[in-house]
Amino acid sequence: MTSIDFSRKTVEMIDVVKKFGDFVANDRISLTVHKGEVHALLGENGAGKTTLMNCLYGLYRPTEGKIRINGKEVVITDPNVAIHHGIGMVHQHFKLVEPFTVTQNIILGQETTKMMGILDLAAAEKKVSEISEKYGLTVDPRAKIEDISVGSQQRVEILKALYRGAEILILDEPTAVLTPGEIQELVTIIRNLTAEGKTIIIITHKLHEIKQVADYCTIIRRGKFIDTVEVAGVTEHELASKMVGREVSFAVDKRPAQRGERVLAIENLVVKDNRGIQVVNGLSLDLHKGEILGIAGVDGNGQSELIEALMGLRKVQSGRIRMRDKDITNASPKQIISEHSICSIPEDRQKRGLVMEFDVAENLILENYQRRPFSERGVLDHQEIYKFADQCIMEFDVRPQDAQMTAKSLSGGNQQKVIIAREVSNDPEVLVASQPTRGLDVGAIEYVHRALVEQRDRGKAVLLISFELDEIINVSDRIAVIFEGRIVGEVDAENADENNIGLMMAGGRV
Amino acid sequence: MKFTAAALKEKILKGSLGFTLISMVFGFSLGAIVLLVAGFNPIQAYWEILKGIFSKPKYMSYVIIYATPLIITGLSVAFALRTGLFNIGAEGQYIMGAMTAAAAGYFFKLPMVLHVVVAVALAVMIAALWGGIAGYLKARFGVNEVISTIMLNWTALYLSNFAITIDAFGRSGTGKTYTIQDTAFIDILGHWKRTPEGIEFLRNHPMLWDILKSPVNLGFIFAILLAVMVWYILNKTTLGYELRAVGHNPFAAEAGGINVKRSMVVSMFIAGGLAGAAGAFQVLGVSHRIAKLAVMEGYGFDGIAVSLIGNNTGPGCLLSGLLFGALKYGGSKIQDAMNAPTEVINIMIGTIIIFVAMPKLIRLILTYKSRRGVK
Repeated sequence: MTSIDFSRKTVEMIDVVKKFGDFVANDRISLTVHKGEVHALLGENGAGKTTLMNCLYGLYRPTEGKIRINGKEVVITDPNVAIHHGIGMVHQHFKLVEPFTVTQNIILGQETTKMMGILDLAAAEKKVSEISEKYGLTVDPRAKIEDISVGSQQRVEILKALYRGAEILILDEPTAVLTPGEIQELVTIIRNLTAEGKTIIIITHKLHEIKQVADYCTIIRRGKFIDTVEVAGVTEHELASKMVGREVSFAVDKRPAQRGERVLAIENLVVKDNRGIQVVNGLSLDLHKGEILGIAGVDGNGQSELIEALMGLRKVQSGRIRMRDKDITNASPKQIISEHSICSIPEDRQKRGLVMEFDVAENLILENYQRRPFSERGVLDHQEIYKFADQCIMEFDVRPQDAQMTAKSLSGGNQQKVIIAREVSNDPEVLVASQPTRGLDVGAIEYVHRALVEQRDRGKAVLLISFELDEIINVSDRIAVIFEGRIVGEVDAENADENNIGLMMAGGRV
Repeated sequence: MKFTAAALKEKILKGSLGFTLISMVFGFSLGAIVLLVAGFNPIQAYWEILKGIFSKPKYMSYVIIYATPLIITGLSVAFALRTGLFNIGAEGQYIMGAMTAAAAGYFFKLPMVLHVVVAVALAVMIAALWGGIAGYLKARFGVNEVISTIMLNWTALYLSNFAITIDAFGRSGTGKTYTIQDTAFIDILGHWKRTPEGIEFLRNHPMLWDILKSPVNLGFIFAILLAVMVWYILNKTTLGYELRAVGHNPFAAEAGGINVKRSMVVSMFIAGGLAGAAGAFQVLGVSHRIAKLAVMEGYGFDGIAVSLIGNNTGPGCLLSGLLFGALKYGGSKIQDAMNAPTEVINIMIGTIIIFVAMPKLIRLILTYKSRRGVK
């Protein structure tokens, strides 16, 4: 199965140091990757994985250390030099021109031309199709980027690198934006690539993906090299412990739910998305006190619109939402938060959750700035605001412990802690958590899950939306499956069968 | 060593004030090149400007008089910008304020202090509504405030010109309105300095006399108060918190329960009121009437630059407004002293302003250098 050629070292990074001012992002990290190998780079958020790869791709210049490509020492001053050495990188955020076609994007900067600089699109399309077929990338060279799925866009990025002759591919958190099905396709593509002798470096903090696809794994913790291991010889648990530096528990530790009366009832809800298409189609749902209801489903089946409608951020076309038997359909966000006691951890924390330019303290009062003790008669009381912030920072373990740090300077996990601190300290009857662990590392995920369970144990209701089935099954007490804007099935989490749920998520009948 | 040049640079790079200062140095250097190319000695020119600003108390009070409306329109632009709205309409709001103040100052017959209060309050109100229209159009119909305020500027200009043609208000044939009542003046000792006793007194106090030769008025005091007020509202009140949250991230503000649309209207309303106050103080303190405008005077547009240089803060606008006023007034001095055409002076001022308003570019230049230094 493995296609590694151990006689050929394609990438060697030796004692690489990268400093930003006084901050050491990479502290003497070494890395060796062979031809045909899939090498995973594992580490928590902010451990320095991406920095190291940016050094390899020429986006940063290492402060110290050597880089060898195919045994020859090289100095990579910019990405063009990297491309020249056969290195390609697929960034976490794609760099594509949306209104352009696939081919136009791929040839951008390396256009094939006929006489007098006239574009030879036909020739380019042919070449793109060839590469695409060779590695099973299946993209239509004439489709426009804005019309194709995120998974296809990623394949276009891979094609772009291959078109430029990449032998070494760096994938930065490639699965962060993909659906489970697309992840499987990506795994197949990676296998096709290594079978052809390409070398893959994959940056990730998802352990089961490493187990699934990688041959070797290098672990980085706080900028320091920890270990390189053969993936086949370690468990996910061992990888996690090495990454975090302590024992980690995956299983969510929780007692059986004490299910109480119904608090929230959604009846025949219909909601349209931004394009005016009806994406929530007569959805009904009940939520009880003391339970975590997980909504399983593939991205784009109406989850975002459902939550926005629930939180008053999107108009309900028809149907009703009742909270403690009061009709809250199309109430304002403010009424929903303060009068009806529904709070939400939004799926996009940087867009909906935080004002990135505000400091931690200011973000913590976003829903309560008008109340005592934070303000009186329209005048803010900064002393009380910062006192409250310091309390939250201690209680929810936000790091660094500085209420005056802007939200944008915090890591993803700590940003999420700020949001959780704000929502939980509102003491809501219903806590809605959309993708609360997206992009977080193992330690932070553990923390978020514990917070949700704690909320439940205090007799509150929790609505959890996630695209990660594992998370839904681990954390929820009851699971509802959403498909095309409707709940298509409900199961108890305890005897949930992953395959059955998977089938329902894909629209199949059980 | 902590006190190395690198450490110093680090400090300057991080502070926005240090940045503005470096930008000014760049700006003045480039302004010097412009003067050189035009055939004038930049050192002499800058010296003339300095002399033209500081050599006499009268000059300094002129600088303040020039700066006053710019500070306040700067505050107007800054206030809207903190809510994420670009108030190009300060110009039109200024015109509405000036027109209202001129009308209230002329038609009403009120006792001294009250007359000023009424005239200013009315001017602020009308201009606030003028700004509020743009805010409402944006909130209700999604009309971009840049477009609507530009159109409202022209509407205000022609409305003002039309008002002057009305016989009761405008003095026919002069293109100007009647002078406002004395009770509405905010000149400092404006009357007394023209009485025989006043003239007699001032003869013996040349310094004071020199200052009072210029139309010194209370506008600057009000400008300082408004700068403090803007700072206070933005940083210390729940209203300011709302507006800033909307400015930085309307999506998070909405999710947090803030009424984003209302915030837009309120912000433009207050911004309009500020620009209107600028117009009112200019009429009550300096011109005492309004005149037919062939083109816009630019007080509102200059306010955009003042706001940007002042980092969109109250105190910042105060300082940058003074800088602007000084350049405008001081710059005019090289015309007489060196026979430089006004165009060259304006190009020089423009160059300086562009640089001062572009701290981002300067930051880029400086960080680029330090990055190369690492190699």
